[in-house]
Amino acid sequence: MSEPVFDLTLIWAGIIAFGVIMYVLMDGFDLGQGILFPFAPSEDARDVMMNSVAPVWDGNETWLILGGAGLLAAFPLVYSVFLPALYIGVFLLLAGLIFRGVAFEFRFKAKSSRYLWNWAFAGGSIVASFAQGAVVGSYIQGFNVENGVYVGGALDWLTPFTLLTGVGLVIGYALLGATWLIMKSEGDIQQWAYRITRPLLLGVMVIFLIISVWTPWVDPFVADRWFNGVSPIWLLPILALFCAWRIWVAVGQQRDGLPFVATMGLFICTYLGLLASKFPYVVPPNYTLWDAASAHESQLFLLLGLLFVIPIVLIYTAWTYWVFRGKVKAGEGYH
Amino acid sequence: MELDPLILSRIQFAFVVSFHAIFPVFTIGLAAYIAVLEGLAYKTGNAAWDRLSRFWIQVFAVVFGMGVVSGIVMSFQFGTNWSNFSQATANFLGPVLSYEVLTAFFLEAAFLGVLLFGRDKVPKGLHFFSAIMVAVGTFISSFWILSASSWMHTPAGVELRDGIYFVTSWSEAIFNPSFWPRFFHMALASFLTGGFVVCGVSAWFLLRKKDVEVHRRALSMSLWLLLFMAPAQVLVGHAHGLNTAEHQPMKVAAMEGAWETKTHAPLILFAIPDQDAQTNHFEVSIPGLASWFVTGDVAGEVAGLDQVPVELQPPVAIVFWSFRVMVGLGMLMVLVAFIGLALRYRGRYAETHWYLQVLRGMAFTPFVAVLAGWFVTEVGRAPWLVYEQMTHAEGLTPSLTGGMALFTLIGYVMVYAVVFAAGLYYLMRVLQTGAPTLEDIGHEDQKQRPKRPLSGATASWEQEESKA
Repeated sequence: MSEPVFDLTLIWAGIIAFGVIMYVLMDGFDLGQGILFPFAPSEDARDVMMNSVAPVWDGNETWLILGGAGLLAAFPLVYSVFLPALYIGVFLLLAGLIFRGVAFEFRFKAKSSRYLWNWAFAGGSIVASFAQGAVVGSYIQGFNVENGVYVGGALDWLTPFTLLTGVGLVIGYALLGATWLIMKSEGDIQQWAYRITRPLLLGVMVIFLIISVWTPWVDPFVADRWFNGVSPIWLLPILALFCAWRIWVAVGQQRDGLPFVATMGLFICTYLGLLASKFPYVVPPNYTLWDAASAHESQLFLLLGLLFVIPIVLIYTAWTYWVFRGKVKAGEGYH
Repeated sequence: MELDPLILSRIQFAFVVSFHAIFPVFTIGLAAYIAVLEGLAYKTGNAAWDRLSRFWIQVFAVVFGMGVVSGIVMSFQFGTNWSNFSQATANFLGPVLSYEVLTAFFLEAAFLGVLLFGRDKVPKGLHFFSAIMVAVGTFISSFWILSASSWMHTPAGVELRDGIYFVTSWSEAIFNPSFWPRFFHMALASFLTGGFVVCGVSAWFLLRKKDVEVHRRALSMSLWLLLFMAPAQVLVGHAHGLNTAEHQPMKVAAMEGAWETKTHAPLILFAIPDQDAQTNHFEVSIPGLASWFVTGDVAGEVAGLDQVPVELQPPVAIVFWSFRVMVGLGMLMVLVAFIGLALRYRGRYAETHWYLQVLRGMAFTPFVAVLAGWFVTEVGRAPWLVYEQMTHAEGLTPSLTGGMALFTLIGYVMVYAVVFAAGLYYLMRVLQTGAPTLEDIGHEDQKQRPKRPLSGATASWEQEESKA
């Protein structure tokens, strides 16, 4: 076999990292609607919340499926360690997403059974978000792996630390959802979204702070990366704090789009900070990207198709968001 | 009793994949039918074709939506329960399964939205083109899935180094020796499924005397389709069986209930296979016929299960009986299709009450036949996960305990019970509501916008409201 000309592993790491943040941002505000659902001021507000994401949610969710399949193709070790290690969590995630997805479809078509679909929507969203947060926590925590095979127990993924990251992501998605709603609604509903944004932001910041102290404290590798001399990655937490400050101020000024944009900025900076903490380890504490990668020819074979399809999907995604731009009005049915 | 994660994982996989399979097998056939209806509407401008297409697109939307939901679960099963298998085969199966996802992605992004929601917003020709592309896309999706499945039966184009498969030839691996027979067998199964469901539903409308003119057209064209497809499936199925006899003789031996290798092997009509005693009870058979089917000669030698140790035999009773269910239903389909021709000759196929009732019942049979067929081929591969190279036990997730597997098995059964009961209930509502009238079409909600599969259906959830 000829020596690879390019290091596709890095390209693939970039693709998967891009897919993950696309998923987190886009399904994040969808799931946020579900998390906020039980607290909505009225049934009209719930209609607006659901309508604001109805046209785009399933496109958003497809990034998750691509992530799953892409991991198997490009980084099989990640796939075959994460899924057994997170076995119960993955089930909760999928069950949550299924209920959430079905509720989207049937709530609009139902009248007398609507409250059931409200619960399915809220419960599914909260469970799925928590499970995703716990996945992030487990990744930071690392996995008990020997010879490329997960050897830990069924509930290793459920620790005080992952509980915290799980709750953190639920509140984080709620914040994304609230600021999205500010952008997409008006009147009473928008005012409600303004009111809940600052408390949610405070909650997110407190949990981020605890995680930021906890992680380097228990993981010398992370401590070394951040505190061994001056590093450009320090810009990331500074930018994150700046974004948080912008959200706070923008809510006071009753700005429309800025809170959501700044929340996305907060998520992106935190995400990049997480990647910077662990790079190049994908199955911490022992396996790097290159340990986990599939064969060069397999990475190449799939990349060819991906380079063709991803631009089309991105154009289509942009087009859908463009078509559905602007405010969602109460009583204006999507159906 | 100790809980066995291996058995539980196999049951779980069989459960989720069986549940998933019934949706795509229907949508593949239905997508092709919708493309034909769109073509007829485009060419003739006849409103009847247009109404039929609108109706079946709604059904398609609901079924496609359920297929997507159950498909999400599938893409994680390999990792959660079969991580050793995933790791060993990822270099081939990873890209192939990802191409299936990319196909579905691309299809949904580019054409499904136009088909479901774009009828009045794009030129008619483009709408027709989208219908064709959706139909082609569903076939490409099944192409990748069947390639992956076939490779597990007849692995090719790879070499094994340190327990990991490396692809040496993509074309040999993708077009592995059992791929084409399996692909055509499944393609015809999809057409038969689509055809019998359309027949059954149309017959139901005729029995209810609702939109008789429109659904009579649908019934007529699907009966023509079945008349050719049902016999063709018998031939293709036979070819697939010969391919299996060549590459996986023990599977065929289990299908035939043949414990001993012998000449003049009989075709067994009925028997109760007894794996412990390695024999059949209450056997009723036709001498020599199995030899003739497999070798073309009544005196030909057919391999029996005695060629491998007992622990390398597939579970014979499941394979044996699933095969008979599949073949029996296939023969029934041929019979029903020919009765349709006889009745048509006398011009009475759409008025014969009992025949319409039969068609209504037949709508369920393709699903049973398809699942039975998959049981034959998948259980018949046992104990191998990758044929003669990796067993189920070797592919299992090492950290998986019986308790974990039981927890998720019960969990998936419960989730699916709720979700698919709701889905099937709603599908029945769509069928009851029927094709949109010309008036409905004129008043269609202009605000309806893209784009999620299930919102392509407009029937109400509760029955009483739809009458209001």
